[in-house]
Amino acid sequence: MAGRERFEYDLQELQKRLLEIGNFAEEALHKAIEALETQNIELALEIMDDDSKADLLYEEINDMAILLIAKQQPVAIDLRRIIVAIKIATDIERIADFAVNVAKSTIRIGSEPLIKPIEHIKKMHQISTEMLRMSLEAFNDEDITKAKKVADMDDQVDDLYGETIKELLQINLQKPEFLPQITQLSFVCRYLERAADHVTNISEHIFYLVKGRQYDLNN
Amino acid sequence: MTATIEKQKVLEKQGDNKSSKQPKDIVYKTSELNLWYGEIQALKNIDLDIYEKEVTAIIGPSGCGKSTYIKTLNRMIELVPGVKTSGEIAYRGRNIFDKSYGVEELRTKVGMVFQKPNPFPKSIYENVAYGPKIHGIRAKKILDEIVEKSLRGAAIWDEVKDRLNQNAYGLSGGQQQRLCIARCLAIEPDVILMDEPTSALDPISTLKVEELVQELKEEFSIIIVTHNMQQAARISDKTAFFLNGEVVEFAETDKIFSTPSDKRTEDYITGRFG
Repeated sequence: MAGRERFEYDLQELQKRLLEIGNFAEEALHKAIEALETQNIELALEIMDDDSKADLLYEEINDMAILLIAKQQPVAIDLRRIIVAIKIATDIERIADFAVNVAKSTIRIGSEPLIKPIEHIKKMHQISTEMLRMSLEAFNDEDITKAKKVADMDDQVDDLYGETIKELLQINLQKPEFLPQITQLSFVCRYLERAADHVTNISEHIFYLVKGRQYDLNN
Repeated sequence: MTATIEKQKVLEKQGDNKSSKQPKDIVYKTSELNLWYGEIQALKNIDLDIYEKEVTAIIGPSGCGKSTYIKTLNRMIELVPGVKTSGEIAYRGRNIFDKSYGVEELRTKVGMVFQKPNPFPKSIYENVAYGPKIHGIRAKKILDEIVEKSLRGAAIWDEVKDRLNQNAYGLSGGQQQRLCIARCLAIEPDVILMDEPTSALDPISTLKVEELVQELKEEFSIIIVTHNMQQAARISDKTAFFLNGEVVEFAETDKIFSTPSDKRTEDYITGRFG
């Protein structure tokens, strides 16, 4: 058993960085929703400042992946592991950007009292971060059953998104003076819905990793 | 309007050409081949179809039987004492183990290039002309033509055309190997067997031989044994993975190096054993 210890070690390091950026995105989203709910502008600004950390991690993952390809010339599942790591990092980096977008909406709403409790938004956030966490576990374990479960959870986020937007539009009819805030809250819903879509992409990448071909889990 | 019709006709014609593309013929059909060196079984139940005008790579760890197999294809293996075989290898439909099949006849159709370049201690010209001379070609003009054509075919003509009468040993290793390929082409073979043809060459010479293989497959069927998996991935159309004398997997090279079906193939190509 000659093995490729160095390569295995480097692959694990790459995997670790992915978990790191995943945890970062989850934390950023969590803070963003907290800032929105408590209308904490300071916290929102902090999220915006911190985003460069996600960018750095993302670059680091890309550099590691390129070096691994160049130096180890991986094939088959090893090559897919690296390609998929790059794709997942791209999706997670995007999710971290959504946290920044939510923070910006929080800043735009400012101190104007929220027109309604943000229960639906919190629920969407809760499901999408749960999806993110599960998808990273699925990647780590190369578990397509879990990846499929994650993709299925996206329907719940989509339903909540539909309901919330409908509700916000109705409020808008009754209280048109709140249009700017309603617009920002609609944006927040959209960001969370998109974040869940990116997690669904991660599930698709896991299917590609394990099965070696593309699957569309979005339908 | 006329132009549109013309265009349509051209397109239809192209479509016809595409659909009329003939499936490739099988050059070598190996069926239930077993081979023993004395008591030791080196090949076990090999079934393998090799198609014409393709590059077929044979990969596998040392001792897996890949060199034994390729040497069986031109019956060179018979030179090893104590070799026994069972099963069949049909070359163009005829069993090469048939008593009536002359080994010279087979080797006129099947050329071979070895790991280490092995030119004769003669001039470059004589190295290439040797085979055709044995086959009775004496006319200087025809021999000249064959030598030039073969050296061009082996992508070495420009490097040696001004020193055809110099000793072949004066060439670099990479040039010697291409000279050996030219020598092989001179007898106008159907198949070229290559047993690790670049393992003794530097990277640039390796690249030249690899490019040459790509050109040669337009006219010849090539079977190449290689230890270099990236080489197999780069240059072959199909790949056979041998392990302990068996063919574990034989498929399109794209498939073998992206999504192999057998776990042992995956472990070997990803470097987890071997």
